[in-house]
Amino acid sequence: MQDELIRRACELLEDGTVNRVLGWQKGQFVYDITPAVFTSVEEVKNNFVYNDFCGANLSKYLRSESEKEGKVLVFLKPCDTYSFNQLLTEYKIHRDNVYAVGIECYGKADVEKLRAKGIDCITDVKNENGTLKISTIYGEESVPAMDVMAERCLNCKSKKHVAYDELIGEDGEVLDSHRFDEVEEIEKMSAEERFKFWQSQLSKCIRCNACRNVCPACTCEKCVFDNYDSGAFNKAPANSFEESMFHIIRAFHVAGRCTDCGECSRVCPEHIPLHLLNRKFIKDYNELYGPFMAGAEVGQVSPVVDYTKDKDAEASVVQKGGAE
Amino acid sequence: MIVKVAYSDLNKVLDAISANEKLYLPVDNAAGQAEFKPYTEGVQMSKQLNTLRSAKDFFFPQVQPMVKFRREGKHIDIFDERSESEDYVIFGARACDVRSFDVLDNVFLADPVDTYYENRRKHATIVSLACNRPAETCFCGSFGIDAAKPAGDVQAWIVGDDFCMEPVTEKGQKLIDSIKDVLTEGDQAAVDAQIEKIHEILDRLPLKDVKPVDNRDKELEVFNSPKWAELSSHCLGCGACTFVCPTCQCFDIEDFTGNNHTIERYRCWDSCMYNDFTMMAAGTPRKTQKERFRQRFMHKLVYYPIKNDGMYSCVGCGRCLKKCPIQMNIVKVMKALEEDAE
Amino acid sequence: MNKEELIPQIGVVKEIVQETGDVKSFHVVGLDGKPIFKNIPGQCAMVSVPGVGEGMFSITSAPQNPDYNEFSIKKCGHLTSWLHDMEEGQEILVRGPYGNGFPVDTDFRGKDLVFIAGGIGLAPLRSIINYCRANPENYGHLDIIYGSRTKEDLVKRKEIEEEWAKDPHCSVYLTIDREEEGWDGHVGFVPTYASELGLSLDKIIIICGPPIMIHFTLEGLKKQGFKTSQVYTTMEMRMKCGIGKCGRCNIGDKYVCKDGPVFRYDKLDLLPPEF
Repeated sequence: MQDELIRRACELLEDGTVNRVLGWQKGQFVYDITPAVFTSVEEVKNNFVYNDFCGANLSKYLRSESEKEGKVLVFLKPCDTYSFNQLLTEYKIHRDNVYAVGIECYGKADVEKLRAKGIDCITDVKNENGTLKISTIYGEESVPAMDVMAERCLNCKSKKHVAYDELIGEDGEVLDSHRFDEVEEIEKMSAEERFKFWQSQLSKCIRCNACRNVCPACTCEKCVFDNYDSGAFNKAPANSFEESMFHIIRAFHVAGRCTDCGECSRVCPEHIPLHLLNRKFIKDYNELYGPFMAGAEVGQVSPVVDYTKDKDAEASVVQKGGAE
Repeated sequence: MIVKVAYSDLNKVLDAISANEKLYLPVDNAAGQAEFKPYTEGVQMSKQLNTLRSAKDFFFPQVQPMVKFRREGKHIDIFDERSESEDYVIFGARACDVRSFDVLDNVFLADPVDTYYENRRKHATIVSLACNRPAETCFCGSFGIDAAKPAGDVQAWIVGDDFCMEPVTEKGQKLIDSIKDVLTEGDQAAVDAQIEKIHEILDRLPLKDVKPVDNRDKELEVFNSPKWAELSSHCLGCGACTFVCPTCQCFDIEDFTGNNHTIERYRCWDSCMYNDFTMMAAGTPRKTQKERFRQRFMHKLVYYPIKNDGMYSCVGCGRCLKKCPIQMNIVKVMKALEEDAE
Repeated sequence: MNKEELIPQIGVVKEIVQETGDVKSFHVVGLDGKPIFKNIPGQCAMVSVPGVGEGMFSITSAPQNPDYNEFSIKKCGHLTSWLHDMEEGQEILVRGPYGNGFPVDTDFRGKDLVFIAGGIGLAPLRSIINYCRANPENYGHLDIIYGSRTKEDLVKRKEIEEEWAKDPHCSVYLTIDREEEGWDGHVGFVPTYASELGLSLDKIIIICGPPIMIHFTLEGLKKQGFKTSQVYTTMEMRMKCGIGKCGRCNIGDKYVCKDGPVFRYDKLDLLPPEF
């Protein structure tokens, strides 16, 4: 697959369709891959990589990239296309400056899961028909790819590309995933248990802001938590309650816009399952307003803001000061 | 002199230490990550290579209450509630984290001494543990650290079925003396063989050839390198690297107004990667992520060494290699600067 | 426990003087009624109000002031607005003094000194000007070139006109940006005025003001033949600790709070231009 992407990227660069390529760059190991912009065929040939560890969702970078001169080629996995659409819906991406190539994805590996299996000092990983052959300085290992797949990929919501200019490989279907199972487990807890669960999770937070900064739905020019004059400014929690506020407020803010891309949980250095907060909102939306998937189409409006005064909403919600 | 206990009896050592003073050690949490926790009877020491968060938290916690005030009308009261820390033991710190204490000492113990840090630092006894199975992200050797001789007050090795310890400082000797009942005499030759074994592994690590360039006399040249633009181009500006880093020591000071007009002044970790870090009323001298990214690495690899006799402010623990959301890290920066130097 | 530098002490604001529309001077003493510290001219101190904020300000009083420490502060943010709104008798928090200060006992000894300031930039220089005036035997002639937007914005105008201008060791050159009713002095920008004066090349220059003023004044001085090793300035960066630990006020390997705020220009030229 990587060879095919490189071939196509070079073609599109050479025929002038695009003047640069947003993709993934090789690191020192097989897994430490950095999002990068390639401006020449040579760079693409030498440094472009597409493998089991290319998890990063590139759509957020289009925000700044699409403001630059000329067209940028971007490779989007199925789940990334939802973020892409959502950003288009919010007018954060200049569509004319983007050439989107949809690419197949069979799920990405989570290197932390490999490490949790006691496989360390990894020097190489090869995927041979669904089995990861791993070289380490201590010897060879072999693991079924499914066993070390990222949580978000095990619960993949869709193999369908909802936006692209061209497709490499086959398009898939929206999947009937089990992504709400864990949410249901939490719903079953008593209020006290649930509070304890989240407190134990959120108290690990070091407020590094990785979740916020990687999130394609977090696109504010200045975050309320960074704004000294907002009254909500804080860098570190004064107590554990305050820490939960950061994540709960953030979850509220991206509700209806979050596409469940799972980047927040991927980047959290403390492995806090932040995606569960977002999935709770998505699940509630589905149950209260009917099936809704942010980013499924460009221009769709989140159910909670799609009310009309006469039809849907209580007057007290629409009218300042209550009913007319 | 080497002393030992059977590894299966390690908890006898831990029990003996914690009978006298508070003991912290790496423990696996519910999510399977190692973190330093207070020892309670029966707790097992983590077998993982390193803790997710560094050991700097002991001396420089993420949030440090400093002083309280009360303001009423024109009057202010100051409540200095600092108190002498109790003695405690940090057990199982790795060589990289142990060296990070030296890096932090140069900042916090320089005149004027930071008493919050000093208080926690001087009451700690550090038992370090050699790394039998270093990871691919380890590069402590690049900074002259020997993972096989991890220093601290007492250094320890797991040798086969034994847990061997050697006091390095007077403080360490005191600790060993206080628990000698559970220890037996160890075998120097066995420890030496283990050290040899570790050295062989260190020689095979993929990052063993990464070397910092002494750029102390090229401050402006390195600052002006065209490499910074590319290296920083996709940095998200989060502080994950800073907060997991054992040597990052930048902090903010803020006031928290609680109930009853009591105002608590605290300091908390801050990150030079954040856009408001140097923001003033008139703007900031570090306008884009490039400048902020460059500051972090210039500080570790050039500014700090200039101020501290060539010592780098990186210990090669590899945490940032594992935790950066975009996998851009100090090794990639060091390699780029090495190319520049060639 | 030993003294903690980061824990401030209480200062009482004994007197508040309205200097210009947006600048006030605050005379601060300790609870014992005496100055809180003795400073080297050019040093700064941290002033704070609990729950409002803390900020680094230059100390405008001269070291020999027996009565109080003074801060001249321009209203421009959260903390400074609060300070401007407070009344005499208010207690505030002070810690310091911090930084290197001007080399009054070494490089400046026996030299003619030229002070060039713009707007609130006079504040950090007032301490050293009054220090030199109080010790005339140690210094040569003092030229003071000071400008602001309008005559109302000239800080310490009364002191300048009634004390400095009458001091035989001083020559004072005031200027404002534009013509104004009731002003018969010089009109024009500081950089041009400084160039016009034909300063002799053996003098030492001490400059403080807005970056744009410093930039053009420095250009003019270099054109006249001054070397950057003759020019000193005092820098401003965001600070939190004031003692070289919090890590944010550095210019290259130098912390402005500890290694500065006073820098000689030729030394500054060797550092990354990030200020």
